[in-house]
Amino acid sequence: MDLIATILVDGLIYAGWLFIVSVGLTLVFGVLNILNIAHGSLYAIGAYASASLVGAYFAAGGEAFPFGSYLALILAAVLVAVVLGPLLERGLLRYFYGRDEVLNVLVTYAVFLILEDVMKLIWGVNPYFVYEPYTLLGDVEIGPLFYVGYDFAVIAAAIIVGLAVWLTLNRTQVGKVVLAVIHDAEISQTMGVNVKRIYLGAFMAGAFLAALGGALTAPMISVTPGLGVNVIIVAFAVVIIGGLGSVPGAAIGALMVGISRAASVHLVPEAELFIIYFVMAIVLMFRPEGLFAKTQARKI
Amino acid sequence: MMHLPVYVSAIIAFVLLAAGSLVLPDWAMFLFAMALAKGLVCLGIVGMMRGGVVSFGQGLYYCLGAYTATLVANSFGVSDIFLLTLISAAVCLAVGLVFGPLLSSYRGIFFAMLSLALSMVLYGTLSKMSFIGGTDGLNIGAPTFLGWAPEGRPLQTALYIYVVAIVVIAGALMRIYFDSEQGLITLAMRDNELRVEYLGASVRHVMTYNYVFGALLGGIGGTIAVLALGHVDPEFAFWTTSGEFVFVAILAGYLSVPAVFVAAIILELVRSFSNLYFPNTWQLALGIFLLIVIVALPGGLGSLIKRSKETDT
Amino acid sequence: MIKKHITGALGAALLAGGLAGPAAAQDDTFKIGVITFLSGQAAESFGVPAWNGGKLLVDMLNEGGKLPAPYDTKGFGGMNIEVVVIDEAGGATKQVQEFRNLVQREEVDAVVGYVSSGNCLAVPPVADELKAFTILYDCGTPRVFEDGAFEYVFRTAAHATMDNVSLARYLKSRDFDVPSFAGLNQDYAWGQDSWADFTGAMKQLYPDAEVKTALFPKFGAGQYGTEISALLRERPALVHSSNWGGDLQGFLIQATARGLHKRSQVVLAAGDHVIPQLGNKMPDGIFLGARGVNGLAANARGGELKELTDTLWMAYEDEYDTFPVQAPFRMWQALLGLKTAVEKAMADNGGKKPTDEELAAAMKGLSWDAPSGRIEMMLADGHQAIQPNAIGTTKWNEETGKMELVDVEYYAARCVNPPAGIKSADWLAQGFPGAECD
Repeated sequence: MDLIATILVDGLIYAGWLFIVSVGLTLVFGVLNILNIAHGSLYAIGAYASASLVGAYFAAGGEAFPFGSYLALILAAVLVAVVLGPLLERGLLRYFYGRDEVLNVLVTYAVFLILEDVMKLIWGVNPYFVYEPYTLLGDVEIGPLFYVGYDFAVIAAAIIVGLAVWLTLNRTQVGKVVLAVIHDAEISQTMGVNVKRIYLGAFMAGAFLAALGGALTAPMISVTPGLGVNVIIVAFAVVIIGGLGSVPGAAIGALMVGISRAASVHLVPEAELFIIYFVMAIVLMFRPEGLFAKTQARKI
Repeated sequence: MMHLPVYVSAIIAFVLLAAGSLVLPDWAMFLFAMALAKGLVCLGIVGMMRGGVVSFGQGLYYCLGAYTATLVANSFGVSDIFLLTLISAAVCLAVGLVFGPLLSSYRGIFFAMLSLALSMVLYGTLSKMSFIGGTDGLNIGAPTFLGWAPEGRPLQTALYIYVVAIVVIAGALMRIYFDSEQGLITLAMRDNELRVEYLGASVRHVMTYNYVFGALLGGIGGTIAVLALGHVDPEFAFWTTSGEFVFVAILAGYLSVPAVFVAAIILELVRSFSNLYFPNTWQLALGIFLLIVIVALPGGLGSLIKRSKETDT
Repeated sequence: MIKKHITGALGAALLAGGLAGPAAAQDDTFKIGVITFLSGQAAESFGVPAWNGGKLLVDMLNEGGKLPAPYDTKGFGGMNIEVVVIDEAGGATKQVQEFRNLVQREEVDAVVGYVSSGNCLAVPPVADELKAFTILYDCGTPRVFEDGAFEYVFRTAAHATMDNVSLARYLKSRDFDVPSFAGLNQDYAWGQDSWADFTGAMKQLYPDAEVKTALFPKFGAGQYGTEISALLRERPALVHSSNWGGDLQGFLIQATARGLHKRSQVVLAAGDHVIPQLGNKMPDGIFLGARGVNGLAANARGGELKELTDTLWMAYEDEYDTFPVQAPFRMWQALLGLKTAVEKAMADNGGKKPTDEELAAAMKGLSWDAPSGRIEMMLADGHQAIQPNAIGTTKWNEETGKMELVDVEYYAARCVNPPAGIKSADWLAQGFPGAECD
């Protein structure tokens, strides 16, 4: 009983993190039809930016109100989205719309390689730490175990992000327009939708979510080079399991991966390395396009 | 331009490439041998690309071929390059026949991702198997050629000539296949597979064929690569390895067979020199190179030749 | 189509030929190829600090007279040292290719490199094939010389078996009670081997200790929440980890926040290198090693190597604003060993620049002093070094604002390394036969 509870709590915490890092990926794919490998770089840049910003916050006397560092975390993600979003989307990706999906994967892979070194040029190779926000929320005792309050804040953040994205898409006018663009960009354009702007907006939202994932993770890790490469594969897997372009799919995918990983760590630690690919392969065998993908009409 | 029969072109290509063994310095001959071996894997991807799907997991067969050769060589003392190539090719053929029918119903990004997942499962499994070296991998001794055991420059030359021969044979066979009825159906599927089905051809059947050929070529490429390198590790199946193969295939385009090998050689040269001249920013240099290629050559290297051919006639 | 092929291949061939120009070093310079991580996770913890230390030492040697005897002569035997640096990231395939390029295109006189065990296994056969003198300066796997024998390849650092044997001995000598223990190690060869070594050593010294759980999170995982829950639940008396770099820092930050170090004694096989970055976020009372008498343990040792250690220590602190941890120490011992070998070979051949054969002959069985102690090429027929080791306990010094290593125990090289002629796994299984401890 106690073991099951632990697995669920651990799985939820991991799933919350997974969801935040993968929902942006699915959003960008849904709208722009680009599977963005550079999502991992944006995550890493978010982590670096938040480390720098939170560091600056405390250096400027933030000790008096340490909770302000949470704002700094979010602000860092906003900054990354505002600076890099337009640069990448307007400056590069828009030239590849409508091209082969796999070619686009390679374009973003090139961006990923470039950003890896750019980060090194900006931040060097020494690690950055911002633990202050991690310990601010105290401990939570569940059964025989202690958890860090921050872990639950990440779950809360995941729920907020998920609801915000879902509500924006399904309950606002902007969202309806976005859905129209997802359905058919050409027809939306002829109906007077500014598709360009929707693309830019969606990519910036995706970049923000990637950077937010990094920013929220930064306090519990050491921010070092090579951060992005590990994230991108798990985010891919979650999104593929859930169905590319589906927000609820990303949530379910994150939960499945999170909980099965937690179960494997507690019960069969040897299997942890490939549990994620295992889940992905199983799902794809029965649902070739992922759990929540729209079925697409084949064009004659 | 006169259209030469395939076998004449193949003989000319072989003679010219083999002549490289006389002029190339040691390091370049090794680099070319590796590039050609990887080019074989990419040729398999190009075969699938003609049908509109791209495998992001060709590292699966590259790795499987390399490990098969290494394990066979280390456990049974086999060092003959011909025998090792045959055994690895057979294993990859068998595995390809298992996964081929399964993957043949997937398209686009899903085909790419499922093939990637399969190769990552192999990566994970091998990483776990510490009795065969885990992530550190295994070494394999130098190959022999029907009982002849050269060393030093003769060994490198023999390996190079061997890979050139395989490349030319595989290239010629793939060309013949591409121009066959089935190969042309593949090309038609790229445009519209529903139409192809209405015409009475089985898309899945053709896809399976293309996939199995890819598996075979991947295994052979992996075998030659491991014999040249002397070392294999699970990284052979990692997604970045597969990504590189895809890049070469895209750089080459699906129109020309020789372009695949030219592309593979170009990538190796760019990587090697950016490593030397920009030890701290070689990824940046490589990334910029990729972007330039993708922007400047949307149809791949092969499209250059196609264009010049059109102006010829 | 074929035409393109021909022009392409020829063009590439010409390009290749043209660039193969003369890069050979002159007789008054000694050219080394250095391979170490400049990108990826290992850059921050090993590659960059190692080469920071190496660069410093090369500059000091080229200037001459900066170090105490016997290292007060200029360069290598009067020759100026020239360096080509290559990034180690990118996998063994790339490294084998780059190794060939360094030797055949850049015509370096010696190669010094490799942090990753995979690269250390892949490169030696090629080094022997090319007859290129090569020093493996950092990597840990004992397999390099236990599974193979190489003429031109030397490893100037002890292999990883010593790390965990020393940890187990430290526990024993401090009468630490270990009814049960668990492990959290990275899921690749380094972590798997380290855990196997530790359990092997513990079986000898603590035969009754129960192994609770062996966790292997993915390399670069970053998130250890679930693993920490498992460790907290199992309540082992001791938690072993050989994690390094970002993986170790992340694990320590998350584990400390959840009080793991209060429930279990944490022991780290190679943990010293995260001290400068973590500072007081590193909990007190952790037992850790530095894969040799490196970093803080070397600084605290004193003795006859004090002058050499202090000179390099202070130069490093002046230059980089932080103290040197294990990686620069291993680079130093490699370069000082190379200097000793070059000069020995020159003494034998009448002062000419030594060939690869002469260098290999000089290096075989050599011993020399380094800031990390006496390095002796004792194993694998004179190709594999043994060196002393040290384990200490972390303690934050409030007054100086620095982390200190207290209760440091030093182990003689022959106490924690297997003797010649026995594989390390067998040595562990047989209960350390031939170990010479004080």
